[in-house]
Amino acid sequence: MHESAAVPAWALISYLVSGVCFIVALRGLSSPESAQRGNRFGIAGMVLAVVTTLAVHLPVAHDMVCTYVPVNGQACQSLPDGGHGIDGPAILEILIAIGIGAAIGLDTARRIAMTAMPQLVAAFHSLVGMAAVLVAAAAYLNPDAFGIATGGIIHRVSRVEMGLGAAIGAITFSGSVIAFLKLNGNMSGKPILLPGRHVINLGTLAAILGLIAYFTTDQSGWVFFTAAGLSFLIGFLLIVPIGGADMPVVVSMLNSYSGWAAAAMGFTLHNTAMIVTGALVGSSGAILSYIMCRAMNRSFISVIAGGFGGDAAAAGGGAAIDRPWKRGSAEDAAFLMSQAEQVIIVPGYGMAVAQAQHALREMGDILKKEGVTVKYAIHPVAGRMPGHMNVLLAEANVPYDEVFELEDINSEFARTDVAFVIGANDVTNPAAKTDKSSPIYGMPVLDVEKAKTVLFVKRSMGGVGYAGVDNELFYRDNTMMLLADAKKMVEEIVKALG
Amino acid sequence: MDFISILSIFVLACFVGYFVVWGVTPALHTPLMAVTNAISSVIIVGALIAAAAAGVPGAKWLGLLAVVLASVNIFGGFAVTARMLAMYKKKERR
Repeated sequence: MHESAAVPAWALISYLVSGVCFIVALRGLSSPESAQRGNRFGIAGMVLAVVTTLAVHLPVAHDMVCTYVPVNGQACQSLPDGGHGIDGPAILEILIAIGIGAAIGLDTARRIAMTAMPQLVAAFHSLVGMAAVLVAAAAYLNPDAFGIATGGIIHRVSRVEMGLGAAIGAITFSGSVIAFLKLNGNMSGKPILLPGRHVINLGTLAAILGLIAYFTTDQSGWVFFTAAGLSFLIGFLLIVPIGGADMPVVVSMLNSYSGWAAAAMGFTLHNTAMIVTGALVGSSGAILSYIMCRAMNRSFISVIAGGFGGDAAAAGGGAAIDRPWKRGSAEDAAFLMSQAEQVIIVPGYGMAVAQAQHALREMGDILKKEGVTVKYAIHPVAGRMPGHMNVLLAEANVPYDEVFELEDINSEFARTDVAFVIGANDVTNPAAKTDKSSPIYGMPVLDVEKAKTVLFVKRSMGGVGYAGVDNELFYRDNTMMLLADAKKMVEEIVKALG
Repeated sequence: MDFISILSIFVLACFVGYFVVWGVTPALHTPLMAVTNAISSVIIVGALIAAAAAGVPGAKWLGLLAVVLASVNIFGGFAVTARMLAMYKKKERR
Protein backbone atom coordinates (compact mmCIF):
# COMPACT_ATOMS: atom_id res chain seq x y z
CA MET A 1 0.00 0.00 0.00
CA HIS A 2 2.95 2.35 0.54
CA GLU A 3 5.00 3.32 -2.39
CA SER A 4 8.02 1.43 -1.06
CA ALA A 5 6.08 -1.75 -1.78
CA ALA A 6 6.26 -0.77 -5.43
CA VAL A 7 10.00 -1.48 -5.59
CA PRO A 8 9.98 -4.47 -7.95
CA ALA A 9 11.08 -7.87 -6.75
CA TRP A 10 14.07 -8.01 -9.09
CA ALA A 11 15.37 -4.84 -7.50
CA LEU A 12 15.03 -6.28 -4.00
CA ILE A 13 17.01 -9.34 -5.13
CA SER A 14 19.60 -7.17 -6.77
CA TYR A 15 20.08 -5.12 -3.56
CA LEU A 16 20.49 -8.39 -1.69
CA VAL A 17 23.15 -9.55 -4.17
CA SER A 18 24.88 -6.22 -3.72
CA GLY A 19 24.91 -6.75 0.06
CA VAL A 20 26.40 -10.23 -0.44
CA CYS A 21 29.11 -8.73 -2.67
CA PHE A 22 30.10 -6.43 0.20
CA ILE A 23 30.36 -9.38 2.59
CA VAL A 24 32.57 -11.21 0.08
CA ALA A 25 34.66 -8.05 -0.29
CA LEU A 26 35.48 -7.97 3.43
CA ARG A 27 36.00 -11.72 3.47
CA GLY A 28 38.67 -11.26 0.80
CA LEU A 29 40.74 -9.21 3.23
CA SER A 30 41.49 -12.33 5.26
CA SER A 31 44.70 -12.62 3.25
CA PRO A 32 46.69 -10.30 0.97
CA GLU A 33 46.34 -12.85 -1.87
CA SER A 34 42.56 -12.67 -2.02
CA ALA A 35 42.27 -9.01 -1.04
CA GLN A 36 42.38 -7.50 -4.51
CA ARG A 37 39.67 -9.84 -5.71
CA GLY A 38 37.66 -8.83 -2.65
CA ASN A 39 37.99 -5.17 -3.58
CA ARG A 40 36.62 -5.93 -7.05
CA PHE A 41 33.62 -7.61 -5.46
CA GLY A 42 33.05 -4.43 -3.47
CA ILE A 43 33.11 -2.37 -6.65
CA ALA A 44 30.71 -4.80 -8.35
CA GLY A 45 28.32 -4.57 -5.40
CA MET A 46 28.38 -0.79 -5.55
CA VAL A 47 27.80 -0.66 -9.31
CA LEU A 48 24.88 -3.06 -8.91
CA ALA A 49 23.32 -0.96 -6.14
CA VAL A 50 23.67 2.28 -8.11
CA VAL A 51 22.41 0.83 -11.41
CA THR A 52 19.45 -0.81 -9.68
CA THR A 53 18.51 2.43 -7.95
CA LEU A 54 18.76 4.44 -11.16
CA ALA A 55 16.71 1.86 -13.05
CA VAL A 56 13.93 1.85 -10.46
CA HIS A 57 13.89 5.56 -9.76
CA LEU A 58 14.56 6.97 -13.20
CA PRO A 59 13.09 10.45 -13.34
CA VAL A 60 10.20 9.22 -15.47
CA ALA A 61 6.52 8.38 -15.38
CA HIS A 62 6.26 5.44 -13.02
CA ASP A 63 4.00 3.22 -15.11
CA MET A 64 6.73 2.54 -17.60
CA VAL A 65 9.39 1.19 -15.30
CA CYS A 66 8.34 -0.16 -12.03
CA THR A 67 5.03 -1.85 -11.69
CA TYR A 68 5.31 -5.33 -10.32
CA VAL A 69 7.69 -7.04 -12.68
CA PRO A 70 7.46 -10.79 -12.01
CA VAL A 71 10.63 -12.44 -10.75
CA ASN A 72 11.97 -14.19 -13.79
CA GLY A 73 15.70 -14.46 -13.45
CA GLN A 74 17.74 -11.49 -14.52
CA ALA A 75 15.37 -10.34 -17.23
CA CYS A 76 15.03 -6.83 -15.88
CA GLN A 77 18.67 -6.18 -14.96
CA SER A 78 19.01 -3.24 -17.33
CA LEU A 79 15.85 -1.49 -18.26
CA PRO A 80 15.74 0.31 -21.57
CA ASP A 81 16.50 3.93 -20.92
CA GLY A 82 15.67 5.17 -24.36
CA GLY A 83 11.93 5.02 -23.74
CA HIS A 84 9.47 7.84 -23.66
CA GLY A 85 8.90 10.28 -20.86
CA ILE A 86 12.41 10.19 -19.40
CA ASP A 87 13.49 13.42 -17.76
CA GLY A 88 16.77 13.90 -19.59
CA PRO A 89 18.10 16.97 -17.72
CA ALA A 90 17.46 15.27 -14.37
CA ILE A 91 19.53 12.24 -15.42
CA LEU A 92 22.23 14.53 -16.72
CA GLU A 93 22.35 16.31 -13.36
CA ILE A 94 22.83 13.03 -11.55
CA LEU A 95 25.56 11.90 -13.93
CA ILE A 96 27.33 15.24 -13.54
CA ALA A 97 27.12 14.89 -9.75
CA ILE A 98 28.65 11.42 -9.93
CA GLY A 99 31.28 12.70 -12.36
CA ILE A 100 32.34 15.54 -10.03
CA GLY A 101 32.61 13.12 -7.12
CA ALA A 102 34.55 10.61 -9.22
CA ALA A 103 37.05 13.23 -10.37
CA ILE A 104 37.71 14.47 -6.83
CA GLY A 105 37.83 10.98 -5.36
CA LEU A 106 40.13 9.44 -7.95
CA ASP A 107 42.49 12.40 -7.93
CA THR A 108 42.74 12.33 -4.13
CA ALA A 109 43.27 8.57 -4.05
CA ARG A 110 46.07 8.81 -6.60
CA ARG A 111 47.92 11.65 -4.91
CA ILE A 112 47.62 10.89 -1.20
CA ALA A 113 50.83 9.89 0.61
CA MET A 114 50.60 6.63 2.54
CA THR A 115 51.70 8.42 5.72
CA ALA A 116 48.59 10.61 5.37
CA MET A 117 46.19 7.67 5.16
CA PRO A 118 44.67 8.29 8.63
CA GLN A 119 43.72 11.86 7.68
CA LEU A 120 42.29 10.68 4.39
CA VAL A 121 40.14 8.04 6.05
CA ALA A 122 38.91 10.60 8.59
CA ALA A 123 38.04 12.99 5.76
CA PHE A 124 36.19 10.26 3.90
CA HIS A 125 34.23 9.37 7.04
CA SER A 126 33.10 12.97 7.33
CA LEU A 127 31.71 12.78 3.79
CA VAL A 128 29.68 9.64 4.57
CA GLY A 129 28.34 11.37 7.67
CA MET A 130 27.36 14.49 5.75
CA ALA A 131 25.77 12.42 2.97
CA ALA A 132 23.67 10.63 5.60
CA VAL A 133 22.49 13.95 7.03
CA LEU A 134 21.62 15.26 3.56
CA VAL A 135 19.73 12.10 2.63
CA ALA A 136 17.81 12.20 5.91
CA ALA A 137 16.96 15.87 5.33
CA ALA A 138 15.88 15.13 1.76
CA ALA A 139 13.72 12.27 3.02
CA TYR A 140 12.18 14.64 5.54
CA LEU A 141 11.45 17.29 2.90
CA ASN A 142 10.15 14.87 0.26
CA PRO A 143 8.92 11.78 2.12
CA ASP A 144 6.66 10.69 -0.76
CA ALA A 145 9.66 10.04 -2.99
CA PHE A 146 10.98 7.62 -0.39
CA GLY A 147 7.60 5.99 0.14
CA ILE A 148 7.65 6.69 3.86
CA ALA A 149 4.56 8.87 4.16
CA THR A 150 0.84 8.56 3.72
CA GLY A 151 -0.92 11.80 2.80
CA GLY A 152 2.02 13.95 3.88
CA ILE A 153 2.24 12.33 7.32
CA ILE A 154 5.59 10.56 7.75
CA HIS A 155 5.28 7.11 9.35
CA ARG A 156 6.36 7.12 12.98
CA VAL A 157 8.95 4.38 12.61
CA SER A 158 10.45 6.24 9.68
CA ARG A 159 10.67 9.42 11.75
CA VAL A 160 12.76 7.64 14.38
CA GLU A 161 14.92 6.07 11.69
CA MET A 162 15.58 9.30 9.82
CA GLY A 163 16.12 11.15 13.10
CA LEU A 164 18.72 8.62 14.18
CA GLY A 165 20.27 8.57 10.71
CA ALA A 166 20.65 12.35 10.71
CA ALA A 167 21.97 12.39 14.29
CA ILE A 168 24.57 9.66 13.78
CA GLY A 169 25.54 11.15 10.43
CA ALA A 170 26.01 14.59 11.96
CA ILE A 171 28.13 13.21 14.81
CA THR A 172 30.21 11.29 12.26
CA PHE A 173 30.67 14.44 10.22
CA SER A 174 31.79 16.90 12.87
CA GLY A 175 33.75 14.26 14.80
CA SER A 176 35.62 13.25 11.66
CA VAL A 177 36.38 16.85 10.78
CA ILE A 178 38.02 17.33 14.19
CA ALA A 179 39.86 14.01 13.86
CA PHE A 180 41.07 15.10 10.43
CA LEU A 181 42.31 18.47 11.74
CA LYS A 182 44.17 16.78 14.60
CA LEU A 183 45.72 14.08 12.43
CA ASN A 184 46.62 16.56 9.72
CA GLY A 185 48.30 18.87 12.21
CA ASN A 186 45.94 21.81 11.57
CA MET A 187 44.91 21.50 15.19
CA SER A 188 47.04 20.60 18.18
CA GLY A 189 46.98 16.91 19.10
CA LYS A 190 46.74 17.97 22.73
CA PRO A 191 43.39 17.30 24.32
CA ILE A 192 41.28 20.41 24.80
CA LEU A 193 39.36 20.08 28.05
CA LEU A 194 36.28 22.20 28.63
CA PRO A 195 35.15 22.56 32.22
CA GLY A 196 32.09 20.44 32.98
CA ARG A 197 32.32 18.77 29.60
CA HIS A 198 30.82 15.48 30.75
CA VAL A 199 27.69 17.27 31.95
CA ILE A 200 27.45 19.29 28.74
CA ASN A 201 27.90 16.16 26.60
CA LEU A 202 25.38 14.06 28.47
CA GLY A 203 22.91 16.94 28.47
CA THR A 204 23.28 17.45 24.71
CA LEU A 205 22.94 13.71 24.08
CA ALA A 206 19.77 13.56 26.21
CA ALA A 207 18.36 16.57 24.34
CA ILE A 208 18.98 14.87 20.97
CA LEU A 209 17.28 11.65 22.07
CA GLY A 210 14.41 13.62 23.60
CA LEU A 211 13.92 15.58 20.37
CA ILE A 212 13.89 12.39 18.30
CA ALA A 213 11.29 10.92 20.65
CA TYR A 214 9.22 14.11 20.39
CA PHE A 215 9.61 13.98 16.61
CA THR A 216 7.31 10.93 16.56
CA THR A 217 4.43 13.07 17.82
CA ASP A 218 5.26 16.29 15.99
CA GLN A 219 6.89 16.22 12.58
CA SER A 220 7.67 19.96 12.52
CA GLY A 221 10.88 21.03 10.87
CA TRP A 222 12.36 22.68 13.95
CA VAL A 223 12.38 19.35 15.83
CA PHE A 224 14.25 17.53 13.08
CA PHE A 225 16.72 20.30 12.33
CA THR A 226 17.42 21.14 15.98
CA ALA A 227 18.22 17.48 16.65
CA ALA A 228 20.56 17.46 13.65
CA GLY A 229 22.18 20.73 14.74
CA LEU A 230 22.79 19.49 18.28
CA SER A 231 24.30 16.31 16.81
CA PHE A 232 26.83 18.36 14.85
CA LEU A 233 27.68 20.10 18.10
CA ILE A 234 28.14 16.94 20.13
CA GLY A 235 30.34 15.30 17.47
CA PHE A 236 32.64 18.28 17.88
CA LEU A 237 32.47 18.23 21.70
CA LEU A 238 33.14 14.49 21.86
CA ILE A 239 36.36 14.46 19.82
CA VAL A 240 37.95 17.77 20.89
CA PRO A 241 39.07 16.45 24.33
CA ILE A 242 40.69 13.31 22.91
CA GLY A 243 44.49 13.40 22.56
CA GLY A 244 46.51 12.65 19.43
CA ALA A 245 47.76 9.29 20.68
CA ASP A 246 44.19 8.00 20.99
CA MET A 247 43.34 8.89 17.39
CA PRO A 248 43.55 5.25 16.19
CA VAL A 249 40.57 4.49 18.45
CA VAL A 250 38.72 7.61 17.34
CA VAL A 251 39.16 6.89 13.65
CA SER A 252 37.93 3.31 14.17
CA MET A 253 34.98 4.55 16.20
CA LEU A 254 33.97 7.06 13.53
CA ASN A 255 34.29 4.27 10.97
CA SER A 256 31.75 2.39 13.02
CA TYR A 257 29.43 5.41 13.27
CA SER A 258 29.48 5.95 9.51
CA GLY A 259 28.25 2.36 9.22
CA TRP A 260 25.44 2.83 11.74
CA ALA A 261 24.37 6.00 9.91
CA ALA A 262 24.12 4.05 6.66
CA ALA A 263 22.17 1.30 8.44
CA ALA A 264 19.70 3.80 9.91
CA MET A 265 19.03 5.22 6.45
CA GLY A 266 18.72 1.64 5.16
CA PHE A 267 15.90 1.12 7.66
CA THR A 268 14.21 4.26 6.36
CA LEU A 269 14.49 3.11 2.75
CA HIS A 270 13.85 -0.58 3.48
CA ASN A 271 17.01 -1.26 1.54
CA THR A 272 18.86 -4.55 2.13
CA ALA A 273 22.15 -3.40 0.59
CA MET A 274 22.32 -0.44 2.95
CA ILE A 275 21.33 -2.44 6.01
CA VAL A 276 23.83 -5.22 5.35
CA THR A 277 26.57 -2.70 4.61
CA GLY A 278 25.74 -0.64 7.66
CA ALA A 279 25.92 -3.71 9.87
CA LEU A 280 29.23 -4.79 8.31
CA VAL A 281 30.87 -1.40 8.60
CA GLY A 282 29.42 -0.79 12.04
CA SER A 283 30.81 -4.03 13.43
CA SER A 284 34.08 -3.57 11.60
CA GLY A 285 34.70 -0.20 13.21
CA ALA A 286 33.59 -1.47 16.60
CA ILE A 287 35.98 -4.42 16.44
CA LEU A 288 38.87 -2.22 15.32
CA SER A 289 38.17 0.17 18.21
CA TYR A 290 38.22 -2.79 20.58
CA ILE A 291 41.52 -4.08 19.15
CA MET A 292 43.10 -0.64 19.46
CA CYS A 293 41.87 -0.18 23.04
CA ARG A 294 43.19 -3.60 24.01
CA ALA A 295 46.55 -2.82 22.42
CA MET A 296 46.81 0.26 24.63
CA ASN A 297 45.27 -1.44 27.66
CA ARG A 298 42.69 1.31 27.93
CA SER A 299 38.97 1.02 28.26
CA PHE A 300 36.82 2.42 25.51
CA ILE A 301 35.09 4.64 28.06
CA SER A 302 38.34 6.18 29.22
CA VAL A 303 39.37 6.94 25.66
CA ILE A 304 36.02 8.58 24.94
CA ALA A 305 36.20 10.53 28.20
CA GLY A 306 39.39 12.03 26.77
CA GLY A 307 42.24 13.96 28.32
CA PHE A 308 44.93 11.31 27.89
CA GLY A 309 48.35 12.45 26.75
CA GLY A 310 48.14 15.99 28.06
CA ASP A 311 48.50 16.07 31.83
CA ALA A 312 50.26 12.72 31.94
CA ALA A 313 53.02 13.98 29.67
CA ALA A 314 53.64 16.95 31.93
CA ALA A 315 53.75 14.80 35.05
CA GLY A 316 56.08 12.06 33.82
CA GLY A 317 58.34 14.30 31.72
CA GLY A 318 61.37 14.92 33.85
CA ALA A 319 62.09 11.34 34.96
CA ALA A 320 65.57 10.00 35.72
CA ILE A 321 67.58 11.27 32.78
CA ASP A 322 70.92 11.07 34.57
CA ARG A 323 71.30 7.30 34.59
CA PRO A 324 74.21 5.86 32.58
CA TRP A 325 73.54 4.66 29.06
CA LYS A 326 75.59 3.49 26.11
CA ARG A 327 75.88 5.33 22.86
CA GLY A 328 76.73 3.55 19.63
CA SER A 329 77.69 4.62 16.15
CA ALA A 330 76.38 3.56 12.77
CA GLU A 331 79.51 1.43 12.33
CA ASP A 332 78.87 -0.40 15.65
CA ALA A 333 75.30 -1.08 14.58
CA ALA A 334 76.38 -2.30 11.15
CA PHE A 335 78.95 -4.63 12.68
CA LEU A 336 76.55 -6.08 15.25
CA MET A 337 73.84 -6.70 12.72
CA SER A 338 76.09 -8.21 10.05
CA GLN A 339 77.36 -10.70 12.64
CA ALA A 340 73.86 -11.62 13.75
CA GLU A 341 71.87 -14.67 12.76
CA GLN A 342 68.53 -12.96 13.22
CA VAL A 343 67.60 -9.28 13.38
CA ILE A 344 64.11 -8.11 14.30
CA ILE A 345 63.24 -4.57 13.24
CA VAL A 346 60.65 -2.78 15.40
CA PRO A 347 59.32 0.26 13.52
CA GLY A 348 57.14 2.94 15.05
CA TYR A 349 55.45 6.07 13.84
CA GLY A 350 58.70 8.01 14.25
CA MET A 351 60.10 5.97 11.37
CA ALA A 352 57.23 7.08 9.15
CA VAL A 353 57.63 10.72 10.19
CA ALA A 354 61.33 10.56 9.28
CA GLN A 355 60.41 8.78 6.00
CA ALA A 356 63.00 6.14 6.84
CA GLN A 357 61.08 3.12 5.55
CA HIS A 358 62.81 2.92 2.17
CA ALA A 359 66.29 3.20 3.67
CA LEU A 360 65.24 0.62 6.25
CA ARG A 361 64.20 -1.84 3.57
CA GLU A 362 67.54 -1.29 1.82
CA MET A 363 69.30 -2.08 5.09
CA GLY A 364 67.20 -5.23 5.43
CA ASP A 365 68.09 -6.30 1.88
CA ILE A 366 71.84 -5.98 2.50
CA LEU A 367 71.58 -7.94 5.73
CA LYS A 368 69.58 -10.68 3.99
CA LYS A 369 72.26 -10.93 1.31
CA GLU A 370 74.80 -11.52 4.06
CA GLY A 371 72.71 -14.42 5.32
CA VAL A 372 71.01 -12.67 8.23
CA THR A 373 67.35 -13.48 8.85
CA VAL A 374 65.42 -10.19 8.96
CA LYS A 375 61.94 -9.87 10.41
CA TYR A 376 59.71 -6.95 11.25
CA ALA A 377 57.65 -6.77 14.45
CA ILE A 378 54.56 -4.57 14.47
CA HIS A 379 52.68 -3.40 17.53
CA PRO A 380 48.96 -2.81 16.84
CA VAL A 381 49.26 0.89 17.72
CA ALA A 382 52.59 1.44 15.97
CA GLY A 383 50.98 3.76 13.42
CA ARG A 384 48.23 6.36 13.55
CA MET A 385 45.49 3.92 12.56
CA PRO A 386 45.00 0.13 12.65
CA GLY A 387 47.41 -1.58 10.26
CA HIS A 388 49.05 1.70 9.23
CA MET A 389 52.62 0.46 9.72
CA ASN A 390 51.97 -2.59 7.53
CA VAL A 391 50.92 -0.35 4.67
CA LEU A 392 53.98 1.86 5.09
CA LEU A 393 56.29 -1.16 5.00
CA ALA A 394 54.42 -2.63 2.03
CA GLU A 395 54.91 0.68 0.24
CA ALA A 396 58.65 0.39 0.86
CA ASN A 397 58.52 -3.07 -0.78
CA VAL A 398 58.97 -5.06 2.40
CA PRO A 399 57.39 -8.48 1.67
CA TYR A 400 54.36 -8.99 3.90
CA ASP A 401 55.50 -12.45 5.00
CA GLU A 402 58.49 -10.86 6.76
CA VAL A 403 56.17 -8.68 8.84
CA PHE A 404 54.75 -10.15 12.04
CA GLU A 405 52.16 -9.12 14.59
CA LEU A 406 53.01 -8.81 18.28
CA GLU A 407 51.62 -12.14 19.46
CA ASP A 408 53.26 -14.02 16.60
CA ILE A 409 56.78 -12.74 17.15
CA ASN A 410 57.10 -11.92 20.84
CA SER A 411 58.45 -15.36 21.75
CA GLU A 412 61.21 -14.94 19.16
CA PHE A 413 63.07 -12.05 20.78
CA ALA A 414 64.78 -14.42 23.22
CA ARG A 415 66.32 -16.22 20.23
CA THR A 416 67.27 -13.02 18.42
CA ASP A 417 70.69 -11.42 18.29
CA VAL A 418 69.69 -7.86 17.51
CA ALA A 419 66.42 -6.00 18.02
CA PHE A 420 66.49 -2.79 15.99
CA VAL A 421 63.96 -0.30 17.41
CA ILE A 422 63.33 2.67 15.16
CA GLY A 423 60.83 5.41 15.88
CA ALA A 424 58.98 3.34 18.49
CA ASN A 425 59.15 3.88 22.24
CA ASP A 426 56.22 3.12 24.53
CA VAL A 427 55.43 -0.14 22.76
CA THR A 428 58.83 -1.53 23.81
CA ASN A 429 58.83 -0.27 27.40
CA PRO A 430 59.35 -3.16 29.84
CA ALA A 431 57.78 -1.01 32.58
CA ALA A 432 54.42 -1.98 31.08
CA LYS A 433 55.08 -5.49 32.39
CA THR A 434 56.66 -4.72 35.75
CA ASP A 435 55.92 -1.23 37.05
CA LYS A 436 52.41 -1.02 38.46
CA SER A 437 52.69 2.73 38.91
CA SER A 438 53.43 3.34 35.23
CA PRO A 439 50.61 4.86 33.17
CA ILE A 440 51.20 2.20 30.53
CA TYR A 441 51.19 -0.72 32.99
CA GLY A 442 49.35 -3.70 31.52
CA MET A 443 49.71 -2.59 27.92
CA PRO A 444 50.97 -5.49 25.76
CA VAL A 445 54.51 -4.62 24.64
CA LEU A 446 57.15 -6.14 22.39
CA ASP A 447 59.72 -8.04 24.46
CA VAL A 448 62.70 -6.42 22.74
CA GLU A 449 64.81 -6.43 25.92
CA LYS A 450 65.07 -10.22 25.64
CA ALA A 451 67.20 -9.94 22.50
CA LYS A 452 70.97 -10.21 22.97
CA THR A 453 71.45 -6.62 21.89
CA VAL A 454 68.91 -3.83 21.49
CA LEU A 455 69.73 -1.03 19.09
CA PHE A 456 67.51 1.95 19.78
CA VAL A 457 67.34 4.71 17.19
CA LYS A 458 66.17 7.96 18.73
CA ARG A 459 66.64 11.63 18.04
CA SER A 460 67.88 12.52 21.52
CA MET A 461 67.82 11.22 25.09
CA GLY A 462 65.50 14.00 26.23
CA GLY A 463 62.17 13.20 24.66
CA VAL A 464 59.66 10.73 25.99
CA GLY A 465 56.98 8.73 24.22
CA TYR A 466 53.35 9.70 23.85
CA ALA A 467 52.41 8.28 27.24
CA GLY A 468 55.01 10.61 28.76
CA VAL A 469 57.00 7.92 30.56
CA ASP A 470 60.72 7.27 30.63
CA ASN A 471 61.79 3.97 29.04
CA GLU A 472 64.12 1.95 31.25
CA LEU A 473 65.16 0.02 28.17
CA PHE A 474 67.56 2.91 27.36
CA TYR A 475 69.66 2.21 30.44
CA ARG A 476 70.03 -1.55 30.21
CA ASP A 477 73.40 -3.21 29.67
CA ASN A 478 72.34 -4.80 26.40
CA THR A 479 70.99 -1.57 24.90
CA MET A 480 72.94 0.67 22.60
CA MET A 481 71.43 4.07 21.80
CA LEU A 482 71.84 5.37 18.25
CA LEU A 483 71.09 9.06 18.60
CA ALA A 484 70.26 10.65 15.25
CA ASP A 485 67.46 11.31 12.83
CA ALA A 486 66.03 7.90 11.94
CA LYS A 487 66.54 8.23 8.20
CA LYS A 488 70.10 9.58 8.47
CA MET A 489 71.08 6.86 10.91
CA VAL A 490 69.76 4.06 8.70
CA GLU A 491 71.46 5.55 5.65
CA GLU A 492 74.75 5.66 7.54
CA ILE A 493 74.31 2.04 8.61
CA VAL A 494 73.66 1.10 4.99
CA LYS A 495 76.89 2.88 4.01
CA ALA A 496 78.83 1.12 6.76
CA LEU A 497 77.44 -2.24 5.68
CA GLY A 498 78.24 -1.73 1.99
CA MET B 1 9.08 -5.38 3.93
CA ASP B 2 7.89 -4.83 7.46
CA PHE B 3 10.02 -3.53 10.28
CA ILE B 4 10.59 -6.96 11.82
CA SER B 5 12.01 -8.52 8.63
CA ILE B 6 14.33 -5.56 8.20
CA LEU B 7 15.43 -5.80 11.81
CA SER B 8 16.09 -9.54 11.33
CA ILE B 9 18.31 -8.85 8.31
CA PHE B 10 20.14 -6.20 10.28
CA VAL B 11 20.78 -8.36 13.34
CA LEU B 12 21.96 -11.32 11.26
CA ALA B 13 24.18 -9.04 9.18
CA CYS B 14 25.79 -7.76 12.39
CA PHE B 15 26.76 -11.32 13.25
CA VAL B 16 28.12 -11.91 9.74
CA GLY B 17 30.09 -8.67 10.08
CA TYR B 18 31.47 -9.71 13.45
CA PHE B 19 32.84 -13.00 12.17
CA VAL B 20 34.06 -11.73 8.82
CA VAL B 21 35.91 -8.81 10.39
CA TRP B 22 37.64 -10.96 12.99
CA GLY B 23 38.86 -13.02 10.03
CA VAL B 24 40.63 -10.01 8.50
CA THR B 25 44.39 -10.21 8.95
CA PRO B 26 45.73 -7.31 11.08
CA ALA B 27 48.16 -6.47 8.29
CA LEU B 28 45.17 -5.38 6.21
CA HIS B 29 43.35 -3.31 8.82
CA THR B 30 44.08 -0.03 7.02
CA PRO B 31 42.72 -1.31 3.67
CA LEU B 32 39.77 -2.68 5.68
CA MET B 33 38.96 0.81 6.91
CA ALA B 34 39.35 2.27 3.45
CA VAL B 35 37.09 -0.32 1.86
CA THR B 36 34.43 -0.22 4.59
CA ASN B 37 34.42 3.51 4.08
CA ALA B 38 33.87 3.02 0.36
CA ILE B 39 31.02 0.55 0.82
CA SER B 40 29.29 2.61 3.49
CA SER B 41 28.82 5.13 0.69
CA VAL B 42 26.07 2.81 -0.52
CA ILE B 43 24.08 5.58 1.12
CA ILE B 44 24.27 6.99 -2.41
CA VAL B 45 21.14 4.86 -3.01
CA GLY B 46 19.18 7.27 -0.82
CA ALA B 47 20.89 10.24 -2.42
CA LEU B 48 19.95 9.05 -5.92
CA ILE B 49 16.32 8.54 -4.93
CA ALA B 50 16.19 12.09 -3.60
CA ALA B 51 17.99 13.48 -6.64
CA ALA B 52 15.74 11.65 -9.09
CA ALA B 53 12.46 12.63 -7.46
CA ALA B 54 10.58 15.57 -8.86
CA GLY B 55 8.36 17.87 -6.84
CA VAL B 56 10.43 19.28 -4.00
CA PRO B 57 13.42 21.22 -5.36
CA GLY B 58 15.10 21.54 -1.94
CA ALA B 59 15.14 17.79 -1.45
CA LYS B 60 16.44 17.29 -4.96
CA TRP B 61 19.42 19.61 -4.48
CA LEU B 62 20.25 18.06 -1.13
CA GLY B 63 20.14 14.69 -2.90
CA LEU B 64 22.45 15.86 -5.67
CA LEU B 65 24.93 17.23 -3.15
CA ALA B 66 24.81 13.91 -1.29
CA VAL B 67 25.45 12.12 -4.60
CA VAL B 68 28.62 14.19 -5.06
CA LEU B 69 29.86 13.49 -1.53
CA ALA B 70 29.10 9.77 -1.71
CA SER B 71 30.73 9.53 -5.14
CA VAL B 72 33.94 11.09 -3.84
CA ASN B 73 33.97 8.34 -1.25
CA ILE B 74 33.07 5.51 -3.57
CA PHE B 75 35.65 6.31 -6.22
CA GLY B 76 38.28 7.55 -3.78
CA GLY B 77 37.74 4.71 -1.32
CA PHE B 78 37.92 1.86 -3.79
CA ALA B 79 40.82 3.44 -5.68
CA VAL B 80 42.93 4.03 -2.60
CA THR B 81 42.19 0.52 -1.37
CA ALA B 82 43.27 -0.93 -4.71
CA ARG B 83 46.42 1.20 -4.57
CA MET B 84 47.29 -0.07 -1.10
CA LEU B 85 46.53 -3.70 -1.84
CA ALA B 86 48.74 -3.62 -4.94
CA MET B 87 51.70 -2.83 -2.68
CA TYR B 88 51.44 -5.99 -0.61
CA LYS B 89 53.95 -8.41 -2.10
CA LYS B 90 55.23 -11.79 -1.09
CA LYS B 91 58.88 -12.60 -0.60
CA GLU B 92 60.55 -13.48 -3.89
CA ARG B 93 61.77 -17.04 -3.70
CA ARG B 94 64.86 -17.74 -5.74
